[in-house]
Formats: sequence, structure tokens, C-alpha cells
Amino acid sequence: MEKKLYRAVGQPIPKKDAMQLLLGKPAYLDDVTPKNCLVVKVLRSPHAHALIEEIKTDVAMKVPGIECIFTYKDVPQERFTHAGQTFPEPSPYDRLILDQRVRYVGDAVAIVAGADEACVDKAMRLIRVKYQVLEPVLDFHTAKDNPVLVHPEDNWVAPCPVGADNRRNLCATDCEQDGDVETVLAECDYVVDRVYHTKACQQAMMETFRTYTEMDVFGRLHVISSTQIIFHLRRILSHALGIPKSRIRVTKPRIGGGFGAKQTAVAEVYPAFVTLKTGKPAKIIYTRQECQIAGSPRHEMEIRVRVGADKSGKIRAMDVYTLSNTGAYGDHGPTTVGLSGHKSIPLYTAGLEAFRFRYDVVYTNKQAAGAYRGYGATQGIFAVESAVNELAEQLGMDPVAIREMNMVREGMIMPAYYNEPASACALDRCMERCKELFDWDAQYPVRDMGNGKVRAAGVAMAMQGSCISAVDIGSATVTLGDDGYLLSIGAADMGTGCDTILSQMVAECMECEVDEVSVASVDTDTSPYDSGSYASSTTYVTGKAVEIACGRLKEQLCSIAAEMMECDADKLYFAGDKVCAKDGSGFVELRDIAYRAQCNNTIAARASATHCSPVSPPPFMVGMVEIELDRETGSVEVVDYTAVVDCGTPINPNLARVQTEGGLVQGIGMTLFEDVTYSKEGRILEDTLMQYRLPTRLDMGHLRVEFEQSYEPTGPFGAKSIGEIVINTPAPAIAHAVRRATGVWHRELPITPEKILMADE
Amino acid sequence: MEIKLNLNGRAVTASAAPDTMLIDFLREQGCLSVKRGYETSNCGLCTVMMDGKPILSCSTLAARADGHEVYTLEGLQAEAEEFASFVANQGADQCGFCNPGFVMNTIALLRENPDPTDDEIRAFLSGNLCRCSGYESQLRGIRAYLDSRK
Ligand code: FES
Repeated sequence: MEKKLYRAVGQPIPKKDAMQLLLGKPAYLDDVTPKNCLVVKVLRSPHAHALIEEIKTDVAMKVPGIECIFTYKDVPQERFTHAGQTFPEPSPYDRLILDQRVRYVGDAVAIVAGADEACVDKAMRLIRVKYQVLEPVLDFHTAKDNPVLVHPEDNWVAPCPVGADNRRNLCATDCEQDGDVETVLAECDYVVDRVYHTKACQQAMMETFRTYTEMDVFGRLHVISSTQIIFHLRRILSHALGIPKSRIRVTKPRIGGGFGAKQTAVAEVYPAFVTLKTGKPAKIIYTRQECQIAGSPRHEMEIRVRVGADKSGKIRAMDVYTLSNTGAYGDHGPTTVGLSGHKSIPLYTAGLEAFRFRYDVVYTNKQAAGAYRGYGATQGIFAVESAVNELAEQLGMDPVAIREMNMVREGMIMPAYYNEPASACALDRCMERCKELFDWDAQYPVRDMGNGKVRAAGVAMAMQGSCISAVDIGSATVTLGDDGYLLSIGAADMGTGCDTILSQMVAECMECEVDEVSVASVDTDTSPYDSGSYASSTTYVTGKAVEIACGRLKEQLCSIAAEMMECDADKLYFAGDKVCAKDGSGFVELRDIAYRAQCNNTIAARASATHCSPVSPPPFMVGMVEIELDRETGSVEVVDYTAVVDCGTPINPNLARVQTEGGLVQGIGMTLFEDVTYSKEGRILEDTLMQYRLPTRLDMGHLRVEFEQSYEPTGPFGAKSIGEIVINTPAPAIAHAVRRATGVWHRELPITPEKILMADE
Repeated sequence: MEIKLNLNGRAVTASAAPDTMLIDFLREQGCLSVKRGYETSNCGLCTVMMDGKPILSCSTLAARADGHEVYTLEGLQAEAEEFASFVANQGADQCGFCNPGFVMNTIALLRENPDPTDDEIRAFLSGNLCRCSGYESQLRGIRAYLDSRK
């Protein structure tokens, strides 16, 4: 492994916006957009499936202050998707801004805009809707080929061949295999065959969905939104509203968390439609309840894993079938499911002779799912890692040993991962280090604490990607200013620190201080194109674009210096604060190049680069957990969580660590508390954060995070990704520990005290 | 109705509807650090000081502040700056949306207990949710600040 010495890369510096955020300066959408605008709200369906027979708004319109009320009769009839994905989107075009058919409790029925919240609330109560209530599809097991169709409409379109068929309630389907999985499984000495179930967990970012829209002086629609995807959003709105993309400008302020939620245009169409129709500025701010019932949560999945091994513990075959519930609309439906196999099976590449991965993604009359950190990998890894733990138990093998025997190692080709190579893989070292840090051999045996409590341990591995290979685009423009550099990117910093991390790369390349790098705000008019902040791609893809742009900028600066020194640019080299002649005959200071760039000059002191990677190198990690389980109450306390992560080169170890800790705690929440259940009519019961309980600082024990570096040759400075993988180990590791403590395998999340007690009896 | 209060050290008189919540009143007064996370008063994002005690402004009527002294983070910048840089050094600020409430409650904690243990910090701040950081870095920041004073 190469270990290089860097000046800015690898430094644990604070985020560039840290002090402003900590001191509470106005930075978020509602802080920085005008108060004087229309308040927009959405009237929502009380039924899981119904047709609007009649909708009367005349009385509501008379409420003083009401500007407009829109129903399905007022909106364009071209279907589109809310999913923020590269065009053509794999997600079906199955939405209208408002539809006559409502498909889940919470689906949009009318848009109401008025001078203030009070009048809008009043008007919403006065809208009279007559529904023809229809039978809903609520059980995702029976959704496929159900006589009740969620999307019977003729203008439903799937722009990509993902196996979607609205006449079968199918959002996507596929099967892929390598080798003959049935034959190899039949030869195996041990086969574990289990079904696992994960729920539609909420990102629950602290800042709810929100958007402000106005017409600018050029008569264009200016959208300011708390979004991860400014460019996709521009296109989605263009499709939804039926206006050219060039008539839309999207900008974003600081974002109060996203975790993938804001990779879907959940709220934007409503105020945008109001502003387009009225010419007036408008704002929508989702309540927490709206986020819970009409957001873009994780896809509920049921995953059947068959894994076979020989007597020695060598894993020879794996068969994964995923049934994914996309809910009422297919946002991210065809893509999330892929990760449930592609980011789980390859962990066991070493001796794998055959694998098969099949899936169905079905429509139901439940809340539409979306993108949530981990994006299907989280669900798949819970299933596969749990199955491997069950297999180890059957074999009587140490679960660490079975992994050491079967895990993917550097240099291997991963057939279940598009035949991509594990070009940088420190998974083996992660396991070794984690085992040592956690003291696995001492912690693994179940310990009775003598007070009705038992301590037990569990383990899991994980991987993710670093982009969508051959799709995601990252771009960067770097400009030499009067002093210092300006970095312009289209990726959205949602608190993860990408503005800072990418500035560190500029500082590294341009041999300056990070403080000398400013980051331009993100704007579809001025930022270079970027797919957006998702798929763990910002550091890996946009970071590489930054590195390339800096290389080009150095050449530009040498050219300007060459004119000043009256020599050829190839006789010069860039040396940070100056450009020097290679033969030592002279130099010009960067400061003077900056001045020269502004006077009698035809060479731009600016360079851009656009990058896309043909591969998506996986980061890897190992997590080990120690729990204390109370046999009387069934409650589980996480005592110690130890994680060792291989994200290639951590560009900013502090931020990488906090990403890891944040992801672990979200994962712990998903495993132990965060539940989503429906009434038999199809209403979500956990619609506030009283019922949908998030982890507090009392719910987690000690977290220990370390990094085992690898060097990814295609990444900037050897970096891979970190943002998503970190949520993937808690569920299987904790389920494993609970099994050790209670003797029961919990194959459905969350593992609540009730379930632990009930299962015990 | 008319509300008279001392806001961040200045006398303020303003009118507000009787059902106005303190959070909305304060934001109307330009105190934009005060954030709403949930409607169910269990996230701590809207924490402000009333008569020196931390309260949740999302579940307090503005009328209740009449005749009282209210401080938001805008009025406690110097006190916050003392430890905020230690939190920043850990990268704990993340998206930042929970930061004002967290910082306000940390101020309250340090006023009440200038040398808290880790468990005391966790307990005092347990009502301040954060979805980004996983909490450990916030704790490390406060710990580093406390240690720097020893
Ligand atoms: S920093 Fe984002 S919620 Fe705490």
C-alpha cells in the first residue's frame, strides 16, 4: 500500500462553515428566503386508494387571503418521476402533480396557497372532496399480479428497460446469475435458507422538506430548495410543469440534513406550480408529520437468502431473492433493489462458485419509498450477514473465522459486482484490527451479569460503492482570484463537509492553505454540472474532477507566467506561491500572475474538469457490537460498538469519523427502535417522532471508530467513499448479539423489547 | 395582544396573536437561530433561555414571555464561542440544524455545572436530538473544552 505525505489531504481540519453553523447564523432555507410570500400547503388523502369523484373549492376560495387552490383538473397531464436520477431515469414516470386517483394515505389532493398559514389551514378544512373509495393493495406479498392495480393509467411510462409493468403492479424485476447456483447448493454440506424483513425507515433529517420559489427579473422560475440534486431538480420540474429547463434556475442554501431524502423532489413541485401560475413568490415547509407520511423513506424489503458451504466453512454458493416495496410511486424503486444483492453477495467472493440474484419491486398503496443512506445495500447486508452468522452457528464455527475464510480480498474480481476488481481492499485488515480493538475472543462468549442481564457480542461486514459507475458526473471549476482560489462545484454539501473536503484537495494541488480556497454557492446557472450528492460519489467522483481541474489550472497559470517572463510555458513549473523557470533563471509570484490575469491578458486564470468513473470501488468495513440485554424487560443497550473502515484515503479523518459515528447511530436506531407499521386501512401509525423514536445520546454506548487505509488508484489521492457504508453493519451485528443473548434469531427489524420478550416465551 | 419582554438584553415591545408560539415570535423578531425540528417538542432544536432557564420555545406561548427576559443564541455569541471552536475541531457541527439548540443547552449546562462528567453531559443534553453526528463528536468537543480549562 502506498502511503503518501500530503499537506492538506488527510488533515482533520474543521469544516469551513463550522463556526457560522455553531453560532446559529442564518443559513437555511427559511432563514434566507423572504417572509413575504404565499404560504403553500397540500391537502392530503385520508384513503389509501380512491378516485376523486368531486372536489369543491368554491367555499374555501372565499376565505380572505386565499390566492389559489389547485386540483387534479388544473395540472399538466404528462407523467414524471420525483426521483433525482440521471436522465433517462430508471424510475417510472408514474406521477402527476395532482392526480384524480390517490394512491396512499397522504397522497396530494389539492394545493392551497394564501397570505398566511391561518387562512390556508382554514381553506383546507373547507375543501369538500367526494371520494370513491377503492380496495387498496396493502400487502406487498400479494401485490404482484394483484387484480387491483395501483397504476392502471395508460400514460404510465417506464423510460428504461427495468422490467416494469404497471398492469402487474411491477416497478422492476430482474434475475442475474453466475454459475449454476442450484447444483452447487445441492452439493453443499450446509445450506441456510432464511427470510429477512426490513421496514420503511425515515431519514428524519432535522430540517424537514422545504422550498421557496419566485419569478426572477428575467421571468424565469427561481427555485431555492433544501435539495441534494440541483440539476436533476431542474429537469424534474421542467417535466412536471411542462416548461423548458432553461426557464428554471435552482439554487440551494445550507441543508439541514438529507441522508438521501432530498435526492427526491418531494416538496418542490407544489410551490413551483403556484409561482408559475400566479407569478408570486411561494414557500412550502413540510411538517414533521408530512415527512413521516409523505416523504421518501427506505424501501421495505423482504429478502430470502440461501447460502451454502462445505464442512470446512467454505462458502460456495449464494442465492438472494429480494421483494421490494416501492409503495405508491416508483421513485428509486428499480435501483435501490439492485444494491441488496450487488453490495452483499460480493463480500463473499473468495470461494464463491455460483450466485444468483433475483428481485421484484412492487407497487402498493403505501407511502412511496425513495433514497436513504445505504440505498438497498443496508437491507441486503442485514439479510446476507445474518444468514452467514446463522451458517457459522450451524457449522460450529467462529463467525469471524468464517468471514476470514470467505471474504473478498484485494485484487480479486467480484463476479457479483459487475466483474469489477477489488482494486483497493483492506477488509482483511479491518477484520483483524476490529477483532483486536474489540477484544473479540474475550467478548464473544455470552456473559451472565448476575442481575438478570446478559452481555453478548455480534459481528458484521459491509461494503458500498463510490458512485454509480459510468453514470455519475462530477465537475469542478477552479479560478485564481485576486488572492486565493474559488472552487465551484454542483455537488451539495448537506452537512457532510464536501465543501471542506474538496477545498482540501484544491489546497493540496495548488500548494496553498485551505483558508485560501473559497467555495462558490451551488447554482444551476453558474455551477458546473454535477449529478448531485448521492451514491457516495462526491469525494470519489467530484474529488477527482477537482484534482484534474487543478492540474489544468496550473498549466493555465504557467501560460500567463510565460507571457510575463517571455518564455515558453513548458520551461516553467508551478510552485504554489510562484511559477518558476525549470532552469532556475527566474520566477514570477502568484500574486503578480493574478494581477496580470486582469490586465492585457487573454488566458483564463480558470480551469474546469468533468469526471466520470467506469468503476465504483467499494469501501469496506467491519462492525462489532457488545450489547447488554435485560431478560426481564427485553431492552437492549448497546455497550460498545467498534467499527474499522476502509474508505481508501480518509481526506479529512475527523469528518470521516463523524460520518461513521452518525451512520452507526442511525443504524442502531433502525435496528432497535425505528418502526413503521400501518393500520389495516393503510394509515401509518408512527406519524410523529413521539412514536417513531430516534436514538438519543442515552441510547448508544461507546463508539470506537478506526480506519484501515487502502489506496484506490482511480480515486483522488487514493480515496473511496464513506457516506453510506457506515449505516450497514449495526442491524446484522446487533441481531447476532441478540441471538447470542436470547437464543432467538430476529429476522425482522426493528428488534424491540416486545419482540424479544414475546419470542422468549 | 402586546408583548413586552427583554430580548437579548434589549427591551422589545411587539404585538402577536394570542396563540403565537414563542419560536415563531422570536423568528419574527429576527432571531433566526431558533429552529423547529418537530411539532411534538422532543428534539430540543428550539431551546432558548427564559429568565436564565432553558425552555422549548416551540411549546411555549409567546404570551408567556411577557415581562420576562429571553435570550437566544444571537444574544449569547461570546459565551457560545468559548466552547464552539472545540466542537468545530471535532467536525461535530455537521449539517448544523440542531446546533443552536445544542449550543444553548450546553450553555445552560455549563452555567449550572461548570465541570460535568461525560454521563452528566449526556443526561443534560439527552433532549437535544441530532441525526447527523451520532453525538460522540459533540461530547468530544465539550470534553476537550473542559479539559482545556484545567
Ligand atoms: S448536525 Fe445535523 S442534526 Fe445535528
